[in-house]
Amino acid sequence: MSWVTKTLKSTLGRKLIMALTGLFLILFLTGHVSGNLLLFKGDGGEAFNIYAKFMTTNPAVKILSYLTYISVIGHIIYSILLAQHNRAARPVGYAESKASTNSTWSSRNMGVLGTIILIFLVVHLQGFWAKMHWGQIPMVSYDGEEYKNLFLIVSEAFKQEWLVALYVIAMGFLGFHLSHGFASAFQTLGLNHKKYSPAIKALGQLYCIVVPALFASMPLYIYFTAN
Amino acid sequence: MILDSKIPAGPLAEKWTKHKFNSKLVNPANKRKYDVIVVGTGLAGASAAASLAELGYNVKAFCFQDSPRRAHSIAAQGGINAAKNYQNDGDSIFRLFYDTIKGGDYRAREANVYRLAEVSVKIIDQCVAQGVPFAREYGGLLANRSFGGAQVSRTFYARGQTGQQLLLGAYSALSRQVANGKVKLYPRTEMMDVVVIDGQARGIVTRNLITGAVETHAAHAVLLCTGGYGNVFFLSTNAMGSNVTAAWRAHKRGAYFANPCFTQIHPTCIPVSGDHQSKLTLMSESLRNDGRVWVPATQEIAEKLRKGQIKANDIKEEDRDYFLERKYPSFGNLVPRDVASRNAKYVCDEGRGVNETGEAVFLDFRDAIKRDGRNIIEQKYGNLFDMYKQITGEDPYEVPMMIYPAVHYTMGGLWVDYNLMTTVPGLYALGEANFSDHGANRLGASALMQGLADGYFVIPYTIGDYLAQIPPKKVDENHPEFAKAKEEVQNRIQTILSINGTKTVDYFHKKLGKIMWDKCGMARTEVGLKEAKAEIKALKKEFWSNVKVLGTNEELNQTLEKAHRVADFLELGELMVDDALNRNESCGGHFREEYQTPDGEALRDDENFAYVAAWKYMGEGQEEELNKESLVFENVKLTQRSYK
Amino acid sequence: MKLTLKIWRQKNASDKGGFATYPVDHVSKDMSFLEMLDVLNDQLTEKGEDPVHFDHDCREGICGMCSLYINGKPHGPLQTTTCQLHMRSFNDGETITIEPWRAKAFPVVKDLVVNRSAFDRIIQAGGYVSVNTGGVPDANEIPIPKTIADLAMDAAQCIGCGACVAACKNASAMLFTSAKISQLALLPQGQVERKTRAEKMVAQMDAEGFGACTNTGACEAECPKGISITNIARMNREYFSAVVSSENV
Repeated sequence: MSWVTKTLKSTLGRKLIMALTGLFLILFLTGHVSGNLLLFKGDGGEAFNIYAKFMTTNPAVKILSYLTYISVIGHIIYSILLAQHNRAARPVGYAESKASTNSTWSSRNMGVLGTIILIFLVVHLQGFWAKMHWGQIPMVSYDGEEYKNLFLIVSEAFKQEWLVALYVIAMGFLGFHLSHGFASAFQTLGLNHKKYSPAIKALGQLYCIVVPALFASMPLYIYFTAN
Repeated sequence: MILDSKIPAGPLAEKWTKHKFNSKLVNPANKRKYDVIVVGTGLAGASAAASLAELGYNVKAFCFQDSPRRAHSIAAQGGINAAKNYQNDGDSIFRLFYDTIKGGDYRAREANVYRLAEVSVKIIDQCVAQGVPFAREYGGLLANRSFGGAQVSRTFYARGQTGQQLLLGAYSALSRQVANGKVKLYPRTEMMDVVVIDGQARGIVTRNLITGAVETHAAHAVLLCTGGYGNVFFLSTNAMGSNVTAAWRAHKRGAYFANPCFTQIHPTCIPVSGDHQSKLTLMSESLRNDGRVWVPATQEIAEKLRKGQIKANDIKEEDRDYFLERKYPSFGNLVPRDVASRNAKYVCDEGRGVNETGEAVFLDFRDAIKRDGRNIIEQKYGNLFDMYKQITGEDPYEVPMMIYPAVHYTMGGLWVDYNLMTTVPGLYALGEANFSDHGANRLGASALMQGLADGYFVIPYTIGDYLAQIPPKKVDENHPEFAKAKEEVQNRIQTILSINGTKTVDYFHKKLGKIMWDKCGMARTEVGLKEAKAEIKALKKEFWSNVKVLGTNEELNQTLEKAHRVADFLELGELMVDDALNRNESCGGHFREEYQTPDGEALRDDENFAYVAAWKYMGEGQEEELNKESLVFENVKLTQRSYK
Repeated sequence: MKLTLKIWRQKNASDKGGFATYPVDHVSKDMSFLEMLDVLNDQLTEKGEDPVHFDHDCREGICGMCSLYINGKPHGPLQTTTCQLHMRSFNDGETITIEPWRAKAFPVVKDLVVNRSAFDRIIQAGGYVSVNTGGVPDANEIPIPKTIADLAMDAAQCIGCGACVAACKNASAMLFTSAKISQLALLPQGQVERKTRAEKMVAQMDAEGFGACTNTGACEAECPKGISITNIARMNREYFSAVVSSENV
């Protein structure tokens, strides 16, 4: 076995994959939420649609998007591998456990949270991302150039209460997932320092509230402005 | 038999060097042909096993705990002495030697003690090289603290967990040899007997504590590093499993037992709280550096205190009797352990004890906190204060601690010569299991020093001298003596299991402990000792007819383990009483009330008792035979110990 | 105090085991938890029932031999060892559930006794500085900054009880392993074997079947010696930098 495969098979190596993919996805979320803020511009979706086209055609973004796909898949696969390994490490459980006294709920339920987020992701991708790439989307033109009117799709979608509710709830789960995942990734990478770790933790707590809240505000904004 | 201590001739400071040179060596290629058994994995055992394996011997290491790292050396708190003189305060090898000999009330061998002081400096080097995180000054160099019985700062420490860190150092060295395949480890295995063939130790019989399997192991030499026998008192600061069995079996196979009555009562333990108590917890002696020991000046105030009518902090300065400072102005609270303990007993006997049972004195940090600030005190003793709070529910930062003496260490043990060999050739005793270095009283921070000195720096030289003289032929485990010893062990197990009486093992242990504490404890009298002897004999008889041990041999059976140990304690207890009766003097931890100075200090009788009492086992039910090894003092003048 | 004890009983490693319930009386608040079990065992012995087996030795919180998962927490409700837990932490009439440490790497031997030799093997894999006795430099030859020595001591305080494994939802031994790796990585004495040590100890930890780390912090919260999970971060750092830079292929 080469040292690379050996490392990636070790518990620490697997955790390394989780941390690196997780951090990349955090970066992705940051980009995603920043771009989507254009939904709030009130220009009928012009900026948003231009942005959407840029994101699907720019070659640099393409590379980033492939990295994102790999990260998502890697994060999922390694989480399953780790979960299996961890379950095997305790074949007989405790009759009584007061884990809530020594750790946070989200830290102990990253798998559950992740699974819910994955289900949401499927719905989300199917609704927008798949349509944008392969679906029939009405066109719109700005300054003589043709754009897919993704804004229209988004606006229509979020007129449905159940979808808005789904998104808002899903962002809640994402927030919990991030509330542990953000700082945890740094810890796994060994980036722990008396001076900087408190800042990382604080940033993580801020991030896990602000980013999901911004995401959740989008469907809500559309829903309430449309009705 | 004439006891030959094999002390090398020549000036004190050259003895060890000359002896090392004169000792025979085993050729490096031949070392792998010799097997050595090490029983016990505390400081002495782990360091010996590791060092011998490094030299190339094949080592088998045994311990009854689940891991070698659990040995009770781990509980030593305060520190380890070494004559490094890093503090420039006048320390030297000779001074450490002198303090130790004097602290032991002139009942130890000069040559052994000098060697101990001499190798002490190497121990610190060795431990630092292993990565033991000793306390350091801001400049990065090693820190020292002072300890009872010394006027220099020579004690190295790792917070209040020095024993732990030193043991983990030795354990890591041992682990390395296990990984190298030079040491085979047998945890959860108890030594049940020594196999002696033609007068030489050739192996041991063990019981696997999980399966109950009784097995034999052959070797060219057997090292007993099995600690002390303080648990004969039931309540002591020893671990629950600490026992005399290995040493006692060796004794019954011919190894003389020396000075069994020399037991150390440690002054700073948490007082007994009730009958349920299973063990006593020590608070490191280092606390006496900053804590002040006191009781109320009068019985009346003490009475009010015991009834809870007043609190300790309410008692005015003039109503406090800092009795150690008053009686011993030059050493104050830092007098040796035996002196501190005895004085605590005196004030409590006067009715000035401070807890409900009347058996406690205060150890007060009020002034130290005022002087240095809580922070400094917390840094020095934080973990000890926490532990105290945990156990008693009281906060020593706010109220004075309560302490009382408790059995802590046994200076007596198997008689060994300068090579650490017992009277059975090939059978060695190291660390607390032997008697050699502390005389009648051990100074603080010397036990760790001795355990590691024996294991790292003495036995690797002296064992070679013995092994070089015996052929490297494999010891034949099919020799009938192995089968015989094994059968005897099995029979004993069956006997214990078949008694099926009505009393638990602990019932006997507690009873024995009470007899020993009351009559062979801090103060002893001829009358009391004679009573004790009769009582122990009766108790032993009752044990063998009425003990209740459930279950079988072929399983983990903790009651059976305990029963074996208590059976041996019952025999040892009797010998301790014999020894205490024989020694018509007071010295160190052995205080016979008949022999004291007008102001209550121990009164030695150097004319008649400057000897090691080495007892020979004469058979079941027989009185043991006393053998004397005269102690010759050429380098120190025997004086009445004075810490005034 | 009167208590009801719900205790895991298991005859040996191959027995399936199950809970048994025992009432216990005459418990004093000043008793340690283990002394309370002594009382129970005395009662059981008198009745002719097999006493409950549990590991214990020093009873002063340092040997690391005592274990017990008490009312859903390793070493019970306080952040200390079971032997230092006193009955004043419980209420009269309470039912107390007592289980052994649960982990694949810590198989049950009998009742509440488990086999923790996996920890020994992790240390044997590299938890030492390879120096033979003798021939070492003077202790003061290498100054070590007090802050570093203190950090090393913080890590070295581990008593190897296994509460971290017991507390961890993944039965992970990262805190234990990282404490030793940290101690030796911090000190100059440990530098020579630094990389190999990290690689080997982590490999052994995995081979023993301990779980991975989810950074929940439960181990740190339950550790009777307060060993910090910053050690785990340090171990990760040591391990990752070792695997990419060491000569071990």
